[in-house]
Amino acid sequence: MTGHTLQAANLSKEYGHFTALSKLNLKLEGSKCIGFLGPNGAGKTTTLKIFTDMIRPTSGEAFINGINVHFDKKKALASVGTLIETPEIYGSLTAREALSMIAEIKGIPKSVVKKSILKVIERVKMKEWLDKKIKNMSKGMKQRINIAAAILGNPDVIILDEPTSGLDPRGMSEVRSIIKDLKRENRLIFMSSHLLSEVSEICDEVAMIDHGKLLAYGPIGEVVSKFSHDGAGEVEVSVLRPVGAAVLKRIRGIGGVGSVKRVDGRTFTVRTSGGIKEQEALLSRLVKMKIGVIGFKPSSSALEETYLSVFKETV
Amino acid sequence: MAKNPEFGNRNTVPNSFSQTFTMLKYSFLEYIRSRRFFVLLIIAVAVGAILTGVMGYFRPQGSFASPLAFYSDWWGESGTFMIILSAIFFGGDAISGEFQNKTGYFIVGNPIRRSAIYVGKWLAALTASLAILAVFALMTIGNGVYYFGASGLPYQFVESLLFSVLYMVSALGLTFFFSAMFKSSTVAILTTVILLLFVFSLVQTLVAGLAHVQPWFIITYGAQIIGNVLMNPYPSPVTTRGFTSASGGGTGGLALTTYNATIPQGITILLVYFAVTIIAGLVMFERKEFT
Repeated sequence: MTGHTLQAANLSKEYGHFTALSKLNLKLEGSKCIGFLGPNGAGKTTTLKIFTDMIRPTSGEAFINGINVHFDKKKALASVGTLIETPEIYGSLTAREALSMIAEIKGIPKSVVKKSILKVIERVKMKEWLDKKIKNMSKGMKQRINIAAAILGNPDVIILDEPTSGLDPRGMSEVRSIIKDLKRENRLIFMSSHLLSEVSEICDEVAMIDHGKLLAYGPIGEVVSKFSHDGAGEVEVSVLRPVGAAVLKRIRGIGGVGSVKRVDGRTFTVRTSGGIKEQEALLSRLVKMKIGVIGFKPSSSALEETYLSVFKETV
Repeated sequence: MAKNPEFGNRNTVPNSFSQTFTMLKYSFLEYIRSRRFFVLLIIAVAVGAILTGVMGYFRPQGSFASPLAFYSDWWGESGTFMIILSAIFFGGDAISGEFQNKTGYFIVGNPIRRSAIYVGKWLAALTASLAILAVFALMTIGNGVYYFGASGLPYQFVESLLFSVLYMVSALGLTFFFSAMFKSSTVAILTTVILLLFVFSLVQTLVAGLAHVQPWFIITYGAQIIGNVLMNPYPSPVTTRGFTSASGGGTGGLALTTYNATIPQGITILLVYFAVTIIAGLVMFERKEFT
């Protein structure tokens, strides 16, 4: 566990009579990725903008690593990478210049700026565009540069607002891969998204918000389990070799397993009673069965069911 | 806490002075590569070329009466016009564009104070504007030297240049103020165009001419010192002209008063405008939300 934290304390934001956030309390801590879910107008972007000092709360406070963003923005954001909405970059600058500007603002030492820029530009697969002007780039390319700017300098905390917005399927996949890599590199990532499959694939935890209020927060498995009708959770298991009916039958026999459904030859979903501990036990049993488990994650369809269940009242 | 070799520690974020310079550097790059810079450069060169042609072809007697008269006719009006154009071109949407075009989203979410962004962009706009003004001034001096020689360059022209720089500083403060006031670039630019090109002049004429009140609160009144310093003698602070009716009746005629700011008054007006607008604009930008 590391000390990276993001904390919203009684955070409220009102626009005239419209309440965008209502006493939001949320503390995110450690090295993980938290998906921030909610329908349009729920308050996701408002929350992220308060954390990045783009807007001010009506009341309450936002802390990054224990530092109040609005009292000491420079210190609070010193090791934070942000991508809010789809920023535009000065069109006459090249990608290298735009990233150099951010590097200088962030205080990345001159001796490593060139190397850092090269590293992030390679990561977003835009190396051949490094010295091209931003105005000649497509929306997707610009978004890759935005992502490069957000991860420039290896920030400890990364705040992303729909990072795959505007990207083609390949770009989306690459960005997801980047975020997964960052997660492994000891970062705290807070990411809003409308893509449940994306959240399910990348994130460890999920926070659900609507009408400015936090409705659920916790590990995906737990949240899914909590909001399912029968208290069950669902995981998607990927294996190296195709599994036969006999193996699926054996899995059905494991304690706590409700049902097993084949998705394709090498993937199946398992519905379990209970929460994250039961899922951990299931994983342990599956590994012992030596069926070549290579993937074990909350099922995106289960997250979707949960989402629809939580937000059923929302238009 | 995770070690982060690219940051070293969190105290390595540069001070606001350095970050202001960073903003100046990249905003200036953006300005000089933009189409508007070249458009303004072409306008400056075109105005200079037209004046060169007019002076060379018609040789107006009044303008060629003395070097001072030449510089006054050339620079007095057109120099001010170039300043206003530069302020509108580089300041009109400098801040509103950060909201409307969402370029602010790329910068504001980083560890930088908004004041560093504002001042950095203002300095960049000033540098770009001075570059345009320098081109126009060089064309003026080139013509002056051609007709009167280098020794014919009057010291009053140097004074006028300095006042022009001060007016540029002040006018950019004003355009940045309106740019910070509106999120729409079109509204911000239109407001500054209407104010600087029409409203201030009109109000100045009405207030001074008809109400007989010195328009000390209008920036363009203070900027008159740019042209006035090139006149010999310096215009009288107040002149009133009476107009009688066509029938020759002496009573009930119209009296028009003209005020001319003295040099200390002009400098004070321009400095106060700069100080008030730059602070007010900065406060507005600090409070404005990226919604």
